[in-house]
Amino acid sequence: MAVNNHDEEILAKNNIIVTTFEKLWNWGRSRSFWPLSYGCNCCPIEMMASGAARFDIARYGYEVFRAASRQADVLVVAGPITAKMKPAVERVWAQMAEPKWVVAMGNCAVSGGPFVDGYSVLPGADTIFHVDVYIPGCPVRPEAPFQGLLELKKKVEKQ
Amino acid sequence: MLQTDQYNINIGPIHPSTHGGLHVEAVMDGETIVDAIVHVGYVHRAVEKIAESRTYTQFIPYASRLDYLASHLPTMGYVQTVEKMLDIHVPERAEYIRIIMGEFSRIASHILFVGSLAIDLGATTGFTYCMRDREKILDLFEMTSGQRMIASYMRFGGFAEDLPEEFIPAARNFLKNIPQMFDEYNHLLSGNEILQARLKNIGVLSAEDAINYGITGPNLRASGVDYDLRKAEPYGIYDRFAFDVPLGEKGDNYDRFMVRLQEIEQSGRIITQALDQLPEGEIRAKIPRIVKPEKGLEVYHRIESAKGELGYYIVSDGGEKPYRLHVRAPSFINLMVLPLISRGGKLQDIIANIATLDPVLGEADR
Repeated sequence: MAVNNHDEEILAKNNIIVTTFEKLWNWGRSRSFWPLSYGCNCCPIEMMASGAARFDIARYGYEVFRAASRQADVLVVAGPITAKMKPAVERVWAQMAEPKWVVAMGNCAVSGGPFVDGYSVLPGADTIFHVDVYIPGCPVRPEAPFQGLLELKKKVEKQ
Repeated sequence: MLQTDQYNINIGPIHPSTHGGLHVEAVMDGETIVDAIVHVGYVHRAVEKIAESRTYTQFIPYASRLDYLASHLPTMGYVQTVEKMLDIHVPERAEYIRIIMGEFSRIASHILFVGSLAIDLGATTGFTYCMRDREKILDLFEMTSGQRMIASYMRFGGFAEDLPEEFIPAARNFLKNIPQMFDEYNHLLSGNEILQARLKNIGVLSAEDAINYGITGPNLRASGVDYDLRKAEPYGIYDRFAFDVPLGEKGDNYDRFMVRLQEIEQSGRIITQALDQLPEGEIRAKIPRIVKPEKGLEVYHRIESAKGELGYYIVSDGGEKPYRLHVRAPSFINLMVLPLISRGGKLQDIIANIATLDPVLGEADR
């Protein structure tokens, strides 16, 4: 039996919530990302700052930074990807379990940033994998990852 | 004794305790380290090559991004090198502001060192406290330039803008709170039994080895060698300030930790004196719009950065862009001692050794 919006409202008044399993699943996922603590330049320092006392990423439920790739579901690419780092990043990305997302944090990860002219720097993380959210800034302010992860939350909820 | 096969454990390049992209290949016999092979270059952004395609002024932001934990110090080194080439006389007020910003950067870097050491050893609370204190310095940077961390505030011949009115009271307020900050650190960290057990008599670097390896900065002073460029070869106006050079005795991890804590205090002393003596006046010397040093000019200039002796070597061909720019990165040279101090220790000691050597990989790999 199909339930339309009007019926859902009536049911909600009687403390019954109708939803699909995927919605519930995504609702949980999008509110507790486990980012992988990876980064190789200035942006990770700001990411650390966003996890620390003043900014406190735990307010949004994203504070569980994992050091092991198999436990994480968001790869926050903070900093430039160099030719030498590329195989390591690809390997870490392959090790992460589905579902997984990529957030490009900072200009270096978005487009290569100021170092794009360097012979060893890739022009952005999207040359390797599909990037879900771009957070520009050089370096990114600690508030910006919050917005980025909240944008990712919206995206995941719609999946 | 039971003999086992040797095996390798890779630490990094993607691991939070490696401070960026450092890869250490630990050759293990059981739990004992036989050798530690350091692989660098994961954050090699070709800064020196990029410098050849940028004008002298355009390179200032890149210089700040070398050591992003103490961004004013590498900028100061670069700016002073070019000033040396052009023979520019910097106004008094700007010299004092440079000292103030540089020493605040040093404090910020050392605070982050304490915090990252704490979190590497598993003490998350210590990290939170240190980041809280560091934010206060970043606020000061934001006041002056609008950027929190990598300010690019310095220019050739002085500064982009003068200090805002609210800067000096805020700076004094921070300095007033340093003793209280130390109380907390001592209670949480330096007096902590676990931290002492993890750091004392581990990673011992003798004074002789330190000199032979070319170690500089707090790591050298922790081994008991009294060498600080601010005293030994005063650049800028460092000869006008009274401060002590904290020294360690043994050169173990605990000494490296304590030397940095004491340096925070000394930097505080320097800033207090500089704020008291701060003169009024110009903040920027008159320099040509396009910087063109003479042809064939070669200059090497070194400063005491938060990590050690940071040197810039610039060759000019008479154009707007440097012909060659080399950075003598203290982090890179300090890292090379890691195998020596790790051998014979346990696996977990490598983490503490990396943390107390305090490399910043952006600078080590350039």
